[in-house]
Amino acid sequence: MGNSSAFWLGLAVAVAVLAALPVLFGLYAAEVGSVFLAYALLGMSLAFIWGYCGILSFGQVAFFGVAGYAFGIVAINAATLTGLTLAVLAALGVSTAFAAALGYFMFYGGVRDVYVTILTLVVALVLYTFMGQTAGGEWAIGDARLGGFNGMSGVPDLAIGVGSTGVEIGPLGHYYVTLGALVATYLGLRALVNSRFGYAMVATREDEDRTAMFGYDTTFVKLVVFTIGGAIAGLGGVLFTTQNNYVDPSVFGITAAALPVVWASVGGRTSLLGTVGAALAIQFVDYRLALSGSEWALVLIGSLLVFVVLVMPEGVAPRLHEYVLEYREDADPSPVPRDSSAATEEVSD
Amino acid sequence: MLELLNFGFEFVEIFAFIVLATVGLAVIFGMMGIINLAHGEFILVGAYATTFTFDAGLPLPLAMLAGVVLTAVYGLVLERLIIRHLYGRLLDSMVVTWGISLVMIQLTRIVFGNTAPGIGIPYGQLPVVDGPIYYLVLAVVAVGVLGGLYALFTWTDFGIRARATMQDETTARSMGVDTDRMYMTTFAVGSGLAGLAGALYAPVMTVTPEYGTGFLIETFVAVVVGGASVLVGTVLASGLLGTVNAAVTNVAGTFMGQVAMLIAAIVAIRLMPEGITGMLADWRESRGESQ
Repeated sequence: MGNSSAFWLGLAVAVAVLAALPVLFGLYAAEVGSVFLAYALLGMSLAFIWGYCGILSFGQVAFFGVAGYAFGIVAINAATLTGLTLAVLAALGVSTAFAAALGYFMFYGGVRDVYVTILTLVVALVLYTFMGQTAGGEWAIGDARLGGFNGMSGVPDLAIGVGSTGVEIGPLGHYYVTLGALVATYLGLRALVNSRFGYAMVATREDEDRTAMFGYDTTFVKLVVFTIGGAIAGLGGVLFTTQNNYVDPSVFGITAAALPVVWASVGGRTSLLGTVGAALAIQFVDYRLALSGSEWALVLIGSLLVFVVLVMPEGVAPRLHEYVLEYREDADPSPVPRDSSAATEEVSD
Repeated sequence: MLELLNFGFEFVEIFAFIVLATVGLAVIFGMMGIINLAHGEFILVGAYATTFTFDAGLPLPLAMLAGVVLTAVYGLVLERLIIRHLYGRLLDSMVVTWGISLVMIQLTRIVFGNTAPGIGIPYGQLPVVDGPIYYLVLAVVAVGVLGGLYALFTWTDFGIRARATMQDETTARSMGVDTDRMYMTTFAVGSGLAGLAGALYAPVMTVTPEYGTGFLIETFVAVVVGGASVLVGTVLASGLLGTVNAAVTNVAGTFMGQVAMLIAAIVAIRLMPEGITGMLADWRESRGESQ
């Protein structure tokens, strides 16, 4: 991944702009923006496992939604500072453990490729069906009623603390917490992808059998990557649920499940930032269309997906990156950088 | 005795549902390795075509035929316009079909609204068991479709070319098989079968823009459990899943039946990651080696 000063400058500017949004557009923009940023985390979780390890999961929303529900259940039953902090930890723990269990089950069972993709989608759809039929009063855990298709409402805001010392995080704070989580996750994933483990991931994506032959435990690599992906999606789910104070089965639905795939495909699955950008842009357009009463958002999103995969299969961000590189080479015709970039391309492709 | 009849009826109903819903997807999966995420929406096309032609005054069987033909043509057009550019790019083609699915659901909602005219269930009720005769008709059609596909794949020239393409595309092409046309035709056949499922279940399930998603879980699960071999896979997977579902439904209700079926599917995939037919192929191979 890029390490030039131009890249870091660009990233700093992007974060500064995002941080300035509530100041420029007010509190309501911050509330809407938090949801988009939580979606961006979900998108990043898919770009990480698909783009860097070749695991195409159609069910990242399963971890997103499970974390949301888990937070809601714990938080409604224990709406104190300590309780809410525990709720965050519980939600992350549940989504991570769920991903680890599913990943262990699939990868150590020899399930591969298309079968992984479909199995993850089926898991999300099953959760959708299951949560949808929990409308009855018997589907309550403590004070938290699952509520069927009506969803679970009255989920408290995010709060961190122990006993009576701590902070309750309001809408504006929530925006900055989400932004911080997004940036921190991005930097963490960056470091991971650039590490030795990252090379093993990419090698597993390129040719699993050959990588295994070199002595890497590719099954374990996939399990770790999938689990991390589940944890990130879960983090997104917690931030999403605490912003809306509400979660319903539609987070597991087929349309919701499609969105991360759209963001990663359009933005570029091998570009974490591209996926984040696509998630923010697409959800913003979707939001504006919904506000104006238009029903065409999904048609637009679906067509965009088809168009991008047909015309630029690697996604928008990697394509732009290529143009920038070409432009630079034209401007500065010294042979050395050209050689080195060609060499790295060969390795990473 | 009645218990047994009830179980039998339940099994027949579920078996027919899984076979009819899956077989179109299985044909395309077996041939090209693509899981068509827009399968549910192909079913939707069949259902809408049937509903609206029936509403316009066509007799039900003809309306259903119209559903099948329209869906096949629709699949053919999509294949030529979009899918054929994605051969050899498995994951991309799945992503694209999902995009198509999103567009189709929403377009259907915009054009036709949230409801469609209903069709009553024909043929009336069964005497002993509580259920419509129409379900038995569906079962007969399901078996007929399987038989027809068997005949198509084993006895016709097309079938032999199709199986050659499935086994080894490069060799088939070098032997003079127009594999591009095989893919096109298979996609149309698979779409037509999806349309048939939509048409046949239009009287039973309420037709809405989300109609197709009602089939998704069963079809995906059955295809994955069945594996790459179309006929054997579909029959065995439907038989296995249908038995589990029917048995549990009889004891503990529809929802638990579904849950049990999914658990059975997940266990089956864990034990046989390439599906039932993948395991059979492995088993046959290892037996061949030991001899």
